[in-house]
Amino acid sequence: MSSQEVSPALSAGETRQPGRMAMTAVNLPGAPIERIALRTPVQTRLRIAKYTRGLSDRSIAWLFITPTIALLLAINIFPLIWMIRLSFTSLNLSMAYLPLRFVGLDNYTDILTDEDVWDRLQMTARFVISTVTLQVVIGFGLALLINRQFRTHSFWTTIILLPMMLSPAVVGNFWTLLYQPQIGPFNYVVSLFTGIAPNSFSMIGEVALAPWTIVLVDTWMWAPYVMLICLAGLRSIPDYIYEAAEVDRASSWRQFWSITLPMAMPFLMLAVLFRAIENFKMFDMVNLLTSGGPGSTTEVINITLKRAAFEKWQTGYSSALAIILFVTVFGAANIYVKALNRVKQR
Amino acid sequence: MRNTKTGTWSKSVGAALALFTGVALTAVAGQPAAAQSKQLTLCWAAWDPANALVELGKDFTKASGIEMKYEFVPWTSYADRFLNELNSHSKLCDLIIGDSQWIGGAAENHWYVKLNDFFAKEHISMDDFMPATVLGYSEWPKNTPNYWALPAMADAIGWTYRKDWFSRPEIQAEFKKKYGRDLAPPKTYEELKQIAEFFQGREIDGKKVYGAYIYTERGSEGITMGVTNVLYDYGFEYDNPKKPYQMQGFVNSPDAVKGLEFYKALYKCCTAPGLTNAYMQEGLDAFKSGQVAMQMNFFAFFPGLYKDPNVGGDKIGFFVNPAGPKGQFSQLGGQGISVVAVSDHRDDALRYIKWFAQPAVQQKWWQIGGYSALKAVVEAPGFPKSAPFAPQFLQTMTFVKDFWAEPSYAQLLLDMQKRVHDYVVADKGTAQQALDLLVKDWTKVFKEQGKEVMVQ
Repeated sequence: MSSQEVSPALSAGETRQPGRMAMTAVNLPGAPIERIALRTPVQTRLRIAKYTRGLSDRSIAWLFITPTIALLLAINIFPLIWMIRLSFTSLNLSMAYLPLRFVGLDNYTDILTDEDVWDRLQMTARFVISTVTLQVVIGFGLALLINRQFRTHSFWTTIILLPMMLSPAVVGNFWTLLYQPQIGPFNYVVSLFTGIAPNSFSMIGEVALAPWTIVLVDTWMWAPYVMLICLAGLRSIPDYIYEAAEVDRASSWRQFWSITLPMAMPFLMLAVLFRAIENFKMFDMVNLLTSGGPGSTTEVINITLKRAAFEKWQTGYSSALAIILFVTVFGAANIYVKALNRVKQR
Repeated sequence: MRNTKTGTWSKSVGAALALFTGVALTAVAGQPAAAQSKQLTLCWAAWDPANALVELGKDFTKASGIEMKYEFVPWTSYADRFLNELNSHSKLCDLIIGDSQWIGGAAENHWYVKLNDFFAKEHISMDDFMPATVLGYSEWPKNTPNYWALPAMADAIGWTYRKDWFSRPEIQAEFKKKYGRDLAPPKTYEELKQIAEFFQGREIDGKKVYGAYIYTERGSEGITMGVTNVLYDYGFEYDNPKKPYQMQGFVNSPDAVKGLEFYKALYKCCTAPGLTNAYMQEGLDAFKSGQVAMQMNFFAFFPGLYKDPNVGGDKIGFFVNPAGPKGQFSQLGGQGISVVAVSDHRDDALRYIKWFAQPAVQQKWWQIGGYSALKAVVEAPGFPKSAPFAPQFLQTMTFVKDFWAEPSYAQLLLDMQKRVHDYVVADKGTAQQALDLLVKDWTKVFKEQGKEVMVQ
């Protein structure tokens, strides 16, 4: 490869003068990378060319991605492999003085035969299904409303998006106060509509109500996110399709079922995927609102995992539980993405 | 021109180098001075006594020239945070006031420095401290002369009540008419429940009040610290006193079942709504806001409550944990102070412990809001009159019991939190089922720890 070839950024008329700075600001090509290349002293460019001479495109590509791969290996892959190894051991960090034993599949058997773990998984599934369903219905409904582009739609969009911008820690703390049966306004609002005495029920403290408190808060916080994705979907539908439908005298209902919903479906499915994965990982908000209580009523699986790993220090057991959860989410997400791709191809 | 520029550049570089060299030399020359200002970091929970300790620490700095730095963490994350630090051999803490239940794990994992030789050298005798605190905070294995901490903060659970409400003639008369006895601090849990029922929902000074505040916290240790006060009195034992780790028939004995049922009944009948996940701070809030007639809480908070402008002074009274059908006990609180084994300042940390063990320092510790465990302080003739809660504290420290202090205590504690909260707050199953499941959980933990567990 000639030096001419390795310096494509040089303009055709430019002569290579060692030491001359390519400082010309005018007549620079448009792309930023090209502008940077032209600003690089010729000597430097030649030096780089000297070092990279003989390297294939593939080698250069490897040169660029190696640091990323190294980082990925160090902070993702290696800990994952280490965790898989630990999941077959009896390691408990609070009793690190005990000899480390290889226990085979015991941790996995313990987890998969533990009724409490299945209860927590069912609780998590109920939480994910109810929150995602509500968020999709509300989010899509809001997106349809906002998409009408009425006079103050920008203002309302901002207002609706506000909860999503708050930190889950803040949301958890202030909803705890809102739900407080003696001083929190939530019970008073319910009382206003139903006539039930405000301090006669406790949203966070009662087994029947506690799961709904977290569903309600999560929906309040994340329905706007679904709305945002759906809005992007709705705005990507070309107007001419609706115009053609109008010409064919299709009713609004017919337009919704035949145009809006099918064309927004990939976006909806994407929102479902994002929210389902996020809510499967739910920890912070539930921890702040109910700590998993009353009893274990709202203990989602990640609270169980955190307690096993960082409160009981059962490192081997919690590694196995983490692997099981990882495989579950990874497997479910893969199946879902395949379904999503099929919908997109339609 | 070029020469001039070069000259200016050389001068600039020369000046910068000179400046850098000067700064570097100053830093090097300053090193001995920096080394002289020694510093120790003491780790504890963030609560009232910690503020008193900061005050007390100023005397140590004055006497030794060693600066004290503090790392205080709220109770709800205290165990998580510091056990994590200890587990990872972090050098954050030189001294740690660790919970009594950590002592087994801290000793077995060599997180703390064993203090026997140091105590012998400095003539610090454990006989000079209240026996319950030595057993609870310092010894591992229990009942052996192996010391890992100096008793630092003696504490246990007691009760406060609204003395002003109790002494109102109309309330007195109504209570006597209903129960045929004077309204006075309860001696038994049955009496306590009656009083709580009497106050529950009553209107006092135009405000609805509630009977009692008891612990219900789920996440860390709250409900266990509360329920054990009742369980001990009803005959609950951790294991067979003659056969260690035999829990069947002791943890889930018929008496223990009755105790757990009583705690639930007290929670259902006589607490304020919404307190389903409440521990120390929520109790203080409920009492200070005039919501409850009686409050279960640690003695450590009583100096602060006594000083409270709204409910303190003449308005507050104190009583010991009431008796049950099988005796009178109270849950031990409090901590010992230990030297962290990986600390780079071990000698200075030991110097702090030597200073802290002095009777004059212990006396001041009690006076400014800490609770001394030194007999010279608590057995002094003037001690019972030194604070309105001092007699109750002294009495309580004679009948305290503590939770497991095994290295696996965290697992044992979280298992109990779950089983008890499930039954008391979430209405899941019966008391018998909750305690049976607890025996099953604890058996599994001890087996993993390599203990021989007698199932029958």
